[in-house]
Amino acid sequence: MQRFSIFSLVRNSLSYHKNWQEHWRSPEPKPEYDVVVIGAGGHGLATAYYLAKEHGVKNVCVLDKGWLGGGNTGRNTTIIRSNYLQDESTAIYELARSLYEGLSHELNYNVMFSPRGLINVCVTEHEMRAFQRIAFANKLAGIESRMISPGEIQKLVPIIDSSSNARYPLLGGLYQPRGGTARHDAIAWGYARGADNLGVDIVQNCAVTGIMRNRGKVVGVQTQKGEIRAKKVAFVVAGNTSVLTDMAGFRVPLESVSLQALVSEPIKPILDVVVMAGTVHGYVSQSDKGELVIGGGADGYNNYAQRGSITQWEHTVRALVEMFPAFGRLKMMRHWGGIVDMTGDRSPIIGMTPVKDLYLNCGWGTGGFKSIPGSGFVFADTIANGRPHPIAAPFGMDRFREGRLIDESSAAGVAH
Amino acid sequence: MLLITCPVCNVTADETEFHCGGEAHIKRPASSDPANVSERAQYEYLYVRNNPRGMHREMWLCSRGCGKWFYAMRDTLTLQFHAFYGITDSPPPLPDGNGTGSGS
Repeated sequence: MQRFSIFSLVRNSLSYHKNWQEHWRSPEPKPEYDVVVIGAGGHGLATAYYLAKEHGVKNVCVLDKGWLGGGNTGRNTTIIRSNYLQDESTAIYELARSLYEGLSHELNYNVMFSPRGLINVCVTEHEMRAFQRIAFANKLAGIESRMISPGEIQKLVPIIDSSSNARYPLLGGLYQPRGGTARHDAIAWGYARGADNLGVDIVQNCAVTGIMRNRGKVVGVQTQKGEIRAKKVAFVVAGNTSVLTDMAGFRVPLESVSLQALVSEPIKPILDVVVMAGTVHGYVSQSDKGELVIGGGADGYNNYAQRGSITQWEHTVRALVEMFPAFGRLKMMRHWGGIVDMTGDRSPIIGMTPVKDLYLNCGWGTGGFKSIPGSGFVFADTIANGRPHPIAAPFGMDRFREGRLIDESSAAGVAH
Repeated sequence: MLLITCPVCNVTADETEFHCGGEAHIKRPASSDPANVSERAQYEYLYVRNNPRGMHREMWLCSRGCGKWFYAMRDTLTLQFHAFYGITDSPPPLPDGNGTGSGS
């Protein structure tokens, strides 16, 4: 693998940047692998990377029906935070957030992690109490997170409407100074390049059409490019999980809905923190290009159509222009939807399945991007050792049957 | 924007006038045999859902209209409705090919 450095940049500039190596190969799939990971999004690629790097499992194939990083990894609002309520959640989200801190160095790939600070703005008394509770939980979990006053919010976000007749009264906020954003595509590309360099085959445009089983054990997958045998298979396909588990013959506690986002035209720097407002379903940050990246709500019905709808962005924008009157004249450039898989407790499912040697990592719902490195790290360990990683263990699918839910529905809300 | 027709009051309106109640025709195990509800049956009733990429039978509430619940059959990939039917009607059969996806 060509390493990126100031010297390689200078050297390649002499040949007008025409001789850079491709980031990853495009191999034909081999007949058999130790592990087949289905889904070449951030979670799947991170899983393959850590399988190869941490566990020496290099005979790995990552399959995707479309292109690499073309699903939710390329459709989210790139927010990274770990200020959750439950201990199980803070453990995995903080693992992910802390891995993000060193990821550019680890992957030799600039993922543009920007811990610019993140504010959950409170506009109701109920939110103030709920977020105060989260602030205390975070303190116990060792996560830097605290409540801040309207005055402090105003200093961080001068454009927010904090007047006495504001439609949404600014009461306070939960502030995570090391939360922020990263470049979403670079996460997929960086992990893909790193995994490929360690010998992982990434096969794009190759949909899985069937799951081969023998006596309750998975033995391979049928794909558009023929049969691929595998000792272990992992599903990491977010909104399409139910489609694959239908093929594998078991049911999961998931519903797929469309989660939407939109971006404005690019403007000069105006907002240098991430602002989330759960009650009014709006969250916003400004990208390095200057576009405002705005997250909206999820549809209230099952949906596999990867597109936005006027209802949702109207709802989101309506709240945002009240909170940030300066945005009132901005034009919106693009809007889209990604299909997320929601669990009943709004926490993910990581672990084993009723089919032996078939592993499942899904149910991240509206909060997948922020968890990519942590999710891949614990899932790779789970697959390599055939038992749940200690941080992944509480997230097994059996928690729903046993009634030990990890309830993040109030802490996460829509703005997960 | 979905356009929905309520089979009770026959009004056709935008999705914002309605509320989706999720998968239809789920039977509550405790209703038929309250003394013998297995852990698995209760788990499936509470959490497990058919989540097809294709034809889906679901409940809708005419929340801004007549206030009645009704059923619909909708393709989750094209978002096209194929039938609206009342809560006492028997479910219409799935169309040929079971919509666009795998269905279940």
